[in-house]
Amino acid sequence: MEALRKWVQAVWFFLANGFWGFPVSQNIYKGPLKVICSPGLNCYSCPASTTYCPIGSLQQLLLSIRFSLQNGHYYFGTFVVGSMGLLGATFGRFVCGWACPFGLFQELLHKIPSVKYSIPKKLNWFKYGFLALFVVILPLVLVDQFSLGEPWFCKYICPAGTLEAGIPMVLLQPGLKKTIGWLYLNKMMILVIFIFWSVVASRPFCRTTCPLGAFYSLFNRYRLIKLKFNEENCTQCKACHSVCPMEIRFNETPDSGECISCMKCMTQACNYDAISLEIGGYSLPNRILTSGKKAGQTLT
Amino acid sequence: MNGKFKIRKTPLVLISVFLLLWLTGIVLGEPSRVLEQACSICLSCIGIG
Repeated sequence: MEALRKWVQAVWFFLANGFWGFPVSQNIYKGPLKVICSPGLNCYSCPASTTYCPIGSLQQLLLSIRFSLQNGHYYFGTFVVGSMGLLGATFGRFVCGWACPFGLFQELLHKIPSVKYSIPKKLNWFKYGFLALFVVILPLVLVDQFSLGEPWFCKYICPAGTLEAGIPMVLLQPGLKKTIGWLYLNKMMILVIFIFWSVVASRPFCRTTCPLGAFYSLFNRYRLIKLKFNEENCTQCKACHSVCPMEIRFNETPDSGECISCMKCMTQACNYDAISLEIGGYSLPNRILTSGKKAGQTLT
Repeated sequence: MNGKFKIRKTPLVLISVFLLLWLTGIVLGEPSRVLEQACSICLSCIGIG
């Protein structure tokens, strides 16, 4: 299952970044596919990007909401929030575990051998602050004389934007080097921090900072496709605790907003069918999804 | 099948609500604005300028 997940992540990476003509065009993709919402965090200013980033687009719509209204347009972000909500209500944070390019990047970094540390659970709450403050409130409230705000999260925080767009665009268009200032250096510093943090801790950006992950996490309890805890089968062996990349105790908090549904607990740890995949109330038979040796399982 | 099959209605309600929002956005012409934004590079957004 883990190999399948890696393949799915790779496929999504190339679907969301499928424009490989950028070395010739020296520019980003500008075709009609960009009206499609990227499920994971993927900067639309990335030269290879074929879809729009919901977090970037939402900020852009909110920061110009007064300007749009003055010009007779009713752009409130309903199309973008609708797209995000459809993904959230169907998959929740499945998207983070299976379709996010920046999540894949962090997972690959975490494979580098090093001392590994856990992340204090209190830091998980920060991502909701980033969603509320940097994505919604500040772009909406702090505006200039032209009634335009700023995309606070993209501009001051987003390391995915730096990695996928900031660095490649400077390489593609050398003339941009002259415009590099403290803003670029600040964002490079944030990217470097998350790169090192990802080596020693599992998915630190997803757990502490990602506003898209924060949005999807609100749906984890009520999403259409979710992992179900079958309490009557649980022996409290706690095998699920040891494999979880998000450090969730699945048997204690099965609807945790942190669960990215990588399904390691189900396919690599639980031997007692205490965890199953459920679609709208229907539990899939575990034998379909679980194969291979699990923790504590002995070959006979 | 593990246990009884009982349809959960909450996800269907949520999907319907967001589908309605999405359609509202389309009616208001928001996709063209999203496309316009996504097709232009916001330099300050990526830390340049």
